[in-house]
Amino acid sequence: MTDTQSASAASPASSGFDNDNVQAATIGDSAREYVARLRGGDMGSLPAILGLVFLFIVFASLNDKFLTTYNMANLVVQAGSICVMAMGIVFVLLLGEIDLSAGVAGGASATITALVLIDYDLNWALATLAGVAVGALIGLVIGSLVSYLGIPSFVVTLAFFLALQAVPLKLIGSGGSLRFNDPVLRGLSIKNVPVTAGWIAAIVIVAAFAALSLWQYRSLSSKGLVHQPLGLVVLRIVVLGVIVLGLVALLNANRSPNPNFLEIRGVPWVLPVVIGLLLFWTFVLTKTRFGRHLYAVGGNAEAARRAGINVQRIRIAAFVICSSMAALSGLLLASYVGKVSPGSGGGNVLLYAVGAAVIGGTSLFGGRGRAIDAVIGGAVIATIPNGLGLLNQASYINFLVTGGVLLLAASVDAISRRRRSSAGV
Amino acid sequence: MEPLLELRGVNKSFGVVHVLHDVDFAVYPGQVTALVGDNGAGKSTLVKIIAGIYGRDSGEYRFDGKQVEVHGPRDVAALGVEVVYQDLALCDNLDIVQNMFLGREETSTFGLDEVAMETRARETLSSLSVRTVKSVRQSVASLSGGQRQTVAIAKAVLWNSKVVLLDEPTAALGVAQTRQVLDLVRRLADRGLGVVLISHNMTDVFEVADRITALYLGRVAADVPVKDVNHSQVVELITAGRSGDLGISENPATATV
Ligand SMILES: Nc1ncnc2c1ncn2[C@@H]1O[C@H](COP(=O)(O)OP(=O)(O)OP(=O)(O)O)[C@@H](O)[C@H]1O
Ligand SMILES: [Mg+2]
Repeated sequence: MTDTQSASAASPASSGFDNDNVQAATIGDSAREYVARLRGGDMGSLPAILGLVFLFIVFASLNDKFLTTYNMANLVVQAGSICVMAMGIVFVLLLGEIDLSAGVAGGASATITALVLIDYDLNWALATLAGVAVGALIGLVIGSLVSYLGIPSFVVTLAFFLALQAVPLKLIGSGGSLRFNDPVLRGLSIKNVPVTAGWIAAIVIVAAFAALSLWQYRSLSSKGLVHQPLGLVVLRIVVLGVIVLGLVALLNANRSPNPNFLEIRGVPWVLPVVIGLLLFWTFVLTKTRFGRHLYAVGGNAEAARRAGINVQRIRIAAFVICSSMAALSGLLLASYVGKVSPGSGGGNVLLYAVGAAVIGGTSLFGGRGRAIDAVIGGAVIATIPNGLGLLNQASYINFLVTGGVLLLAASVDAISRRRRSSAGV
Repeated sequence: MEPLLELRGVNKSFGVVHVLHDVDFAVYPGQVTALVGDNGAGKSTLVKIIAGIYGRDSGEYRFDGKQVEVHGPRDVAALGVEVVYQDLALCDNLDIVQNMFLGREETSTFGLDEVAMETRARETLSSLSVRTVKSVRQSVASLSGGQRQTVAIAKAVLWNSKVVLLDEPTAALGVAQTRQVLDLVRRLADRGLGVVLISHNMTDVFEVADRITALYLGRVAADVPVKDVNHSQVVELITAGRSGDLGISENPATATV
């Protein structure tokens, strides 16, 4: 790219900097760089994307209902709560910690929300706030125990995993359940965004992404700073555009099993919630000092401490975020099933979320991970029970497959970490 | 000449282990002060006290001729004192720019100001004539030992610092990279900074240092201009605590611990 060379030659910063590569010159170069990164063990979300494609091919060939728009919309709703909890899990994994209590924290929070709705007849926003506050409080206690007392998070959250199951059991009573039929909260799973609004939102998102990427490209390249080649920037915009617009087109089609009697169209409300949270946490992780400090603490806590970062506060904040997101996830789960019962948030809810984060590319060893990992991984994880459910498999198969996938993801993570340290990527 | 940074009568114990005894230490602007001593003599401990990581049990901390109170790494950084640690303390998962600005990131209305940070990082690296890194956006994990050392030093001088302390910066480096780092150390002093160099390598010390402070079992054995001593005298100061009329007069072996 000749224009870049002249731009960087004019910039004073580049003077003593002959060897510094401002960018990979062409798409071909960046493709080669990408392959080198993969070889070096920096896989990102690639295994998850390949896994998703694989699962889609397998399930679609085994059952012709799998690829119907009706099932795809169902999949989106099922993935919602997994993605949200996984986004929270990413924060503790970034620090090399774990939160085993996130699932039941979600159950406990949803219980509180449901009780507030039923007993006090508060509106949905306040009830949601109450649930999230419970989550935040749980995270605060866990974080403080980990950070000030130095108890391993594995042990603290295992204790909370056991203790928090008492909350719904006490408040609901064993065998009982609470209805969860607030029109707004329940509507997140069973109602859809109006078709036109869906299109407008999709176009706004793609346009905003394009504008931001191009603006960033221009400001970096004009100052002679490191930037991606224009071709790659455009390619990203095109890929995002195809995914977003394609998804909206799919969900905006009439997916009713009896199209003559009934019309079901539009993006389920869960999706905008997940996307909103994704954008928010991506901003926090990549564009704020807090986010940078999270990565730093996860990469080298001692270095972070010496750089004047309050490591204990960062650690507590990560647990607070994780449990608060778990609370939101618990609400989405309650919204999907329409009730809260003492077992809500137990079972494999947590495992799904951890699996989603790790499959998406977040490392169990700390320091690596993105909010989008949780969403991509969440899609993979949600596809497994969805597809197996259509195949009428015994439920033990589901446990086996999900456990296997989690183990596979963790192995990919561990192996790529080994390769990274030998390749130094 | 007035010292830029000065410690007077500093004592430090870890539990019952008395590591530093009435240590006086001075850093002068434009000079490289070599801090030498055997393993366990207390060099790193002294550096960490200067850095604000450890507190002192007693003694004065003076900066620019005035006594100052320091309570942590932030206070010390605010004075313009930067430390490059023996173990470097870089975050492998972050890139060069991110490491250089760690804890002091620049922000604009839209969050982190990557443009400003990358620009300043480049300026600093090129002002130090650092040409060995491929890209300022490569992750620190991919750098060689010498490059990591260079990044750590560049991080320290990014902040218009007045004093830079380097704890064994060349210990793990090969010949060529040692050369580069020593050149860099000399350039810092030539810019008027006060530089402290901890090293076990006497050739390096005699090459770049202006003064030598020798520690022996937590005591200052000597604080002399480099031109007044020779190689073997310094080795004696390090291993025995005295050399001719230089060094500690009483028998330190019975005085310590
Ligand atoms: N945190 C600590 N707790 C207890 N003792 C310590 C601590 N840090 C250092 N010491 C002791 O203080 C003494 C001085 O250690 P220090 O690390 O300052 O030596 P040094 O001169 O830097 O040695 P080296 O050349 O090996 O780096 C040693 O006896 C060491 O065991
Ligand atoms: Mg040391």
